[in-house]
Amino acid sequence: MDAALRRPGTRRRRRSLTAAQRHTLRITAWVMLAVLAVLPVLWVLFFAPTTGRFATSFGSAVHDPKDFVITVLNGVTAAGLYFVVASGFTLIFGLMRVVNMAHGAFFLLGGYIALKLQRGMVGGGGSFGLTSDQVNLTHWIVPALAGTALVAAAGLVMQQLLLRWTQGQDLRQALITIAISIILADQMLAHFGGIAEDVSWPRNFDTFTNTHVAGVVYTTTRLIILGIAVGIGLFLWLWLKRTRTGMVIRAGVDDRAMVSALGINIQLTFAIAFVAGSALAGLGGVIGGSFASLAPGVDANWLLYSLVVVIIGGMGSLGGAAIGALLLGLTTNFSAAYLPENYTYYSIIFTFVLVAVVLAVRPLGIFGRPA
Amino acid sequence: MSWRNIVTVDRIVAFVALALAVTAPLYVSTYWVGQLLTQMLFLGIAAASLIFLSAYGGMVSLAQISIYGIAGFVVGNATTNGNTKGLNLGWNPWWGVLLGIAIAVGSALVFGALANRSVGIYFLMITLTYSVIANLCFGQITDVSGFGGISGIPAPRAIGNVDAQPNRLYYISLAIALLIYALLRYLVRTPFGLTLQGVRDDPVRMASLGYNVPLHRTIAFAFAGFIAAIGGVLFVWWNGHIDPASIDLGATIDLLVIAVVGGLYRLEGAWVGALFFVIINNYSQRISFIGPRFHTLIGAIFLVIVLVSPGGLMGLWERVLSIFSGRRRGPLDRTPVGLGQVEPTV
Repeated sequence: MDAALRRPGTRRRRRSLTAAQRHTLRITAWVMLAVLAVLPVLWVLFFAPTTGRFATSFGSAVHDPKDFVITVLNGVTAAGLYFVVASGFTLIFGLMRVVNMAHGAFFLLGGYIALKLQRGMVGGGGSFGLTSDQVNLTHWIVPALAGTALVAAAGLVMQQLLLRWTQGQDLRQALITIAISIILADQMLAHFGGIAEDVSWPRNFDTFTNTHVAGVVYTTTRLIILGIAVGIGLFLWLWLKRTRTGMVIRAGVDDRAMVSALGINIQLTFAIAFVAGSALAGLGGVIGGSFASLAPGVDANWLLYSLVVVIIGGMGSLGGAAIGALLLGLTTNFSAAYLPENYTYYSIIFTFVLVAVVLAVRPLGIFGRPA
Repeated sequence: MSWRNIVTVDRIVAFVALALAVTAPLYVSTYWVGQLLTQMLFLGIAAASLIFLSAYGGMVSLAQISIYGIAGFVVGNATTNGNTKGLNLGWNPWWGVLLGIAIAVGSALVFGALANRSVGIYFLMITLTYSVIANLCFGQITDVSGFGGISGIPAPRAIGNVDAQPNRLYYISLAIALLIYALLRYLVRTPFGLTLQGVRDDPVRMASLGYNVPLHRTIAFAFAGFIAAIGGVLFVWWNGHIDPASIDLGATIDLLVIAVVGGLYRLEGAWVGALFFVIINNYSQRISFIGPRFHTLIGAIFLVIVLVSPGGLMGLWERVLSIFSGRRRGPLDRTPVGLGQVEPTV
């Protein structure tokens, strides 16, 4: 080979591994990963002690099946809410390649709108907010619908005014939504204050349900959240698989240029997807505000949950959002419940480990496909 | 005005700015030197690490503030001596700095290795996740910090009391900022830097030429982590205190605002953006109708910059110069794909 053609650095290149070596390496990596995944499961099921230096709150699942079932339920119901919020994020991303960094702010906005409306409808509330026996079903559903609708409208305005003409410049669009999220978060702090508040559940929801499994009596509201999430998941699935709009959206995810060349109004489809995605953020905010609380900084947490769910599930995939939400919900709840009591505050690290493991094995997420 | 003249104008402006920076303590108040200018320098260093990654590696990273924070928290844990949260190891400040930078660069290596097959908005999302998780970690893990953070972090004796003698830290920060600027300008001309730019422009072609694309990205990320860590060390010396709020989502976005307002594709933009940011931050509160709504103002400015000039203030400056020179496509040629340039469709 002519010396002038040789690229500098070629000589120092490592000799590549043989096929057999690579095979062994891959097998070793998978075995290590499997061990890494199995160890925590064994710990939770059999080995978590209740005494000594590494005492956990509940002990192993064999020792205390009731709290194990409760932790599973906590994980799955939390996953339901993660799914509602993250499915909106992934819907927008999948079709339009827009990373809506204002998704967390939209969540908080939906919650605050419902909160104010509920307070206005019931009247009063005092400094400690409303209690659930003051609130009937209408007082929850009407604010929930209003919060969802107004956030959907806000999303539509943002998309039409700012994102429509910057199409294809994905980084610039992400920066635009970040700017919107800064402004929204600061304005919400100004109008709604910095104290944590929550939307009140209606009195017919705020009860307990006997699950007849290991004697667990569980809060009904969390089961309702799970029901709403499953309903939304089914609705989205039917919408995307069975209706014409859904088919156009799926076609748009795969090949935007071809869809518009076929004479389909892709701008209208974009607007519909953005409205639906924002509405899900708003609805998530109402549910999240009833389930936990609304305060400055909550938007960052929910943006994080949405990001984690779509990063591990695969961006733009509805099934991925479901799997991602489930993994995140179970990981956070089990790490908080089954770490030794003296070390429970390390549970946040497991969220990072989850992201790290998925990215190491599948850089595009579990159900991710190259764009 | 010809292109050569434009380069000359650029250089003259740079030298004037440098001369002003060196002589600043002679004619501006102690408050300006100790508060605004020093802050401008270390925020600029952190922003320079972001701009280096985005301009030469095509990776817009939101994790820079968390690496900056990791260095700061490690220095805090290593060098404090009782009376505060954290490990209180009571080390000599210089050893603390070494440890802080080493751990921060190590974290950056891990972060980079996990994200090295992503670019563009994917990279943005993954690094944002790192940033929020790092913030939550320091908030929850009370062994190393907890919500209240670490106070009373000492600067080395050579710098002394930062409040009493602000000039020392200012000049040290200035020297470090200049060194980092020179180092980055040198690095991007080395074979590594040129390869990195090749990876930015066409990773597929670089990979088929035999270059290890993920490895180059990881090393670039670790190097940017090194620079961000230096910024973090200067921050804790200046502030004497660090808490999780110093690296929360707001701080992450503030650093992004600095980099974008300055200009995401020119290193000088880091300090231009930082100066702009600290001045707005300090003086906007005196304007009655803005008052505490500083973040609405900065968000609006950020929005306008992104909409009007994706190249930031440096982009505006180059555009002004290119009007005089009659050269049409100046700055936008170098704007990263996805920001002003539409991604080429196949």
